[in-house]
Amino acid sequence: MRKYTPKDNVQAKSYYTDRFWVAPRVPKEAVEEGTHFEKVVAALGAQVKEAYIQVGQLVMHIEATENFQVIKILKEQCGYTQCSEQSAVDYLAKEGEFELFYQLLNINEAKRVRVVCRIKKDEAIESIVPLFKSANFAEREMFDMFGIKVNNHPFLKRIIMPDDWEGHPLLKTYPLQGDEFASWYEVDKIFGKEYRNIIGPENRDPARIDRYDTKRFSRIGYEVPFGADISGGETEQPIEYSETFMVNYNKSSKQLDERK
Amino acid sequence: MAQHQVNYASSAGLPIALTSVDKLVNWGRSNSLWPLTYGLACCAIEMMASGASRYDFDRMGTIFRASPRQADVMILAGTLSKKHSEFARRLYDQMTEPKWVISMGSCANTGGMFNTYATVQGVDRIVPVDIYLPGCAPRPETLQYALMMLQKKIRKESADMKKNKKQNLRLV
Repeated sequence: MRKYTPKDNVQAKSYYTDRFWVAPRVPKEAVEEGTHFEKVVAALGAQVKEAYIQVGQLVMHIEATENFQVIKILKEQCGYTQCSEQSAVDYLAKEGEFELFYQLLNINEAKRVRVVCRIKKDEAIESIVPLFKSANFAEREMFDMFGIKVNNHPFLKRIIMPDDWEGHPLLKTYPLQGDEFASWYEVDKIFGKEYRNIIGPENRDPARIDRYDTKRFSRIGYEVPFGADISGGETEQPIEYSETFMVNYNKSSKQLDERK
Repeated sequence: MAQHQVNYASSAGLPIALTSVDKLVNWGRSNSLWPLTYGLACCAIEMMASGASRYDFDRMGTIFRASPRQADVMILAGTLSKKHSEFARRLYDQMTEPKWVISMGSCANTGGMFNTYATVQGVDRIVPVDIYLPGCAPRPETLQYALMMLQKKIRKESADMKKNKKQNLRLV
């Protein structure tokens, strides 16, 4: 039998890290004059803190307080009529901030713009639902996953996790394993906390084999009755070949012996 | 069912078959297993294929019912998220006794590859499971086999459900 190695915390660490590896960066290009993007940056004026082009898309950094006005101008004056995506990135550990982004699409020009702003941990952001209906679910998801509050949102409620869930799972600080609330959620909710002892902790290793569990596992060549206690070791059972009681189809088969 | 050769001349021309109540009841139960129309994830696609004309569950007396009140079998086909576990348990509670559960596929059995905070790590944490069906996803033949194994299990049981050693420890 293959030796069992515990895989309880396999998500937490990587097997191999290259000390000299540098994450590749997408090059930033300047906004060229006479292009569509230059007009977009000009229309926004001083509200743009930084603007550059990455992979053919315009990226603009703005103040978080001005997000509604900026996106309104982009929608009404620059023809960006679709908000295809809106979410956040957790940079709390590194920079103490969230990075929020709005991905906008201009169908007539076939151009995309990303509006980026930064907020601190307990700050809220203005909703852009009056401009884009598609931002409704996106902002709810951002609230669900990061806990970022959105001002003037029509229905700010968790969208993916249950309403009574504790914590915001896309934060870098959210534990992948060992969170007490998450690991007992279904038991607490359905049966109550007193049933934790009866049901037991959840086993997150689907390949785990309990050597002494004779109800769910058996060992070839060492079969014991169902549910027997084998903590003291089990005796070897002779393997019974089918040719001893059936027609001998394969006389020379000793594969079972070798496998054992 | 034990059928006995009957001499019609001596039994007033009546066709008679002798059996026990257990066998008669279990024959009825095992050949009219009505599962709940309830799919959770991709395994449900295989479950639907099993119910459709090519694999044809109907010929085994297995007809999907849209209401838990009319169903005897719950096939938990797919990943059960923790958010949904409450509702799965409620559907199970709404089913009338006797009832059985088939846990279909790796995700339902153990959580499968969804080794995450949001997935129930095995549906036996919330409902008592009779048949664990491995596979990702199990083919319709496999689900049919699981159902046949469940029929076999039911035929071995007592018709009086109180006498059966069903693991109802987790029932409230």
